[in-house]
Amino acid sequence: MNVGESFNMAITAIMSNKLRSSLTLLGIIIGVMTIIAMQSLITGLRNSVHEQLSQLGSNVFQVQKYPVIHEGNRDKYRNRKDLTIEHANAVRRLATAAELVGAEVWNFGREIRYLDKKTNPNMIIAGATPEFLINNGFTLADGRFITEQDVDFNRRVCVLGIEPVNVLFPYEDPIGKNVKIEGERFQVVGILEELGSFLGGSRDNRIIIPITRFELLYGGERSINITVKAKSPQLFETCRDQTIGILRAVRKVPPGEENDFEIWTSDQLMEFFDNMTRVVKIVAIAIASIALVVAGVGIMNIMLVSVTERTREIGIRKSIGAKRRDILWQFLIEAIVLSEIGGIIGIFIGLGIGKLVELLTPVPAAVPAWTVILGLVFCSTVGLIFGVGPATKAARMDPIEALRYE
Amino acid sequence: MLIELNDITKTYEIGTVLVPALKGINVNVNKNEYVAIMGPSGSGKSTLMNIVGCLDTPSEGVYMLNNNNVSDMSDDELAEIRNREIGFVFQTFNLLPRASALHNVELPLIYNGTPAAKRRKQAEEALERVGLADRMHHKPNELSGGQRQRVAIARALVNNPSIILADEPTGNLDSRTGEEIMEIFEDLHDSGNTIILVTHEEYIAEHSDRIIRLRDGIVERDEAVMERSA
Repeated sequence: MNVGESFNMAITAIMSNKLRSSLTLLGIIIGVMTIIAMQSLITGLRNSVHEQLSQLGSNVFQVQKYPVIHEGNRDKYRNRKDLTIEHANAVRRLATAAELVGAEVWNFGREIRYLDKKTNPNMIIAGATPEFLINNGFTLADGRFITEQDVDFNRRVCVLGIEPVNVLFPYEDPIGKNVKIEGERFQVVGILEELGSFLGGSRDNRIIIPITRFELLYGGERSINITVKAKSPQLFETCRDQTIGILRAVRKVPPGEENDFEIWTSDQLMEFFDNMTRVVKIVAIAIASIALVVAGVGIMNIMLVSVTERTREIGIRKSIGAKRRDILWQFLIEAIVLSEIGGIIGIFIGLGIGKLVELLTPVPAAVPAWTVILGLVFCSTVGLIFGVGPATKAARMDPIEALRYE
Repeated sequence: MLIELNDITKTYEIGTVLVPALKGINVNVNKNEYVAIMGPSGSGKSTLMNIVGCLDTPSEGVYMLNNNNVSDMSDDELAEIRNREIGFVFQTFNLLPRASALHNVELPLIYNGTPAAKRRKQAEEALERVGLADRMHHKPNELSGGQRQRVAIARALVNNPSIILADEPTGNLDSRTGEEIMEIFEDLHDSGNTIILVTHEEYIAEHSDRIIRLRDGIVERDEAVMERSA
């Protein structure tokens, strides 16, 4: 007897007990669904975080006063000296492995005006140096970016993201027009290429002005960020060491003491994110495994019932020539098919949850093929392990006893 | 010689007590014989039928079926012999309730690996032989008792077995339907099949050519039926 026959028998048997079969499947469905949905969320989140972080240009690291991710409260870092333009200039002057050293400082939640139109108060204003464009992975759509002269002469010029452009200049070319930032007039000199949103936050609501003008506008008591692009991937570490040395010197950090500033790279953040999701992943796998074991016990139970109910059928089959292994395979394949059906349903529901999350939140759905394959292999294994007992019981039945069974 | 039973004994162990069911049976059956086995309950006729049908093996003695010694075969070897040599017809029909008549008849062929197309053709022919060509796709619960027994006979025939072994085949049927079934057996016998019939009804047994009467685990009488009653 071949597998095809056993498969047909299994489908017939499962379909003739639809309610019972579907209740049994529930555990498998939940287990597989959990694996697929969690994997979709985590992978989707990771992809989008990765995309965002890689916006920090390649070979770029950033220096700032406060750590990006820190434990405990910020008090520990508050007494550090602010980072200033002079610090950035020192790095630019001295770090031989650095290609571009930028200085930038941010102010969030501002609004800007053009004639009678104004934006929502969610614009992000950056004071920047010319290196900002490359070091932050932006590109220019039109016009020019901030130049060294703009910075040197504190010029009132600005480069707009696509969002303020759409709001303020729906029908005209913004280049050369004057917008008002905090009541001061700024001439638009360039427009940034659209970047899209990340985790619900737009990245097109940026307005870039020269960092010197920024300090005149908002006061100079904010700590700036320094972005450094190494000349090559090979020089990345050297560049980082040089920067640390230079900053320690100009900030007069005594030898043996910790840095009073933080350096981070995209890779570091990625690593942090992976560590965080690893825990979530382990928990999800644990939940799924428990669900699958419970489901396996359910399958075993239902198969035992099925074997007992069908004792007479087993007797009939044996009397007309079914061997032990024929009966064994029949019930084993029934158990595997049962759990595979649950697995396939679970995969589709899991994929559906991923898509639903994609529709409702900014997290994209992403299910790697190996997760689906793993899910199906898991199901077969569960069916096999928990089906072997009942199937063996069926295979060992004595045909005379089985035929007599009422 | 198709069947040779030499000094067959069968002893059951019930707890610590040994219960002898057969105490030395010597019977030979030739090809194309039509034999009835009779006896009161407890006479050992079920045990003998199980042994002849290769569902069970004797405690002692040698059973030669079609020149194979089946006395010491393993479960799986017996299954193969049953598939090839024996067609069972049971009192309670023993059809698979969820399968069509056709699928029930195909079943023995599934277990010997006959390819699907050939299997279907053979099963259809067997059903035609018992006059059920128009009921092939009905399930057992859509068929009358007589029709169910015909399906069971078709299933017994489909493999061209050496013996058709019928255990009280008319026990669950009214007498008119029972007669119809007995006519089928007679037709089968006339076309060359060997039939062994287990019954406790004298008038059923008289359809056969030879009656073996058992009592207390031994053959009490083994005689030819001289005159057939209609």
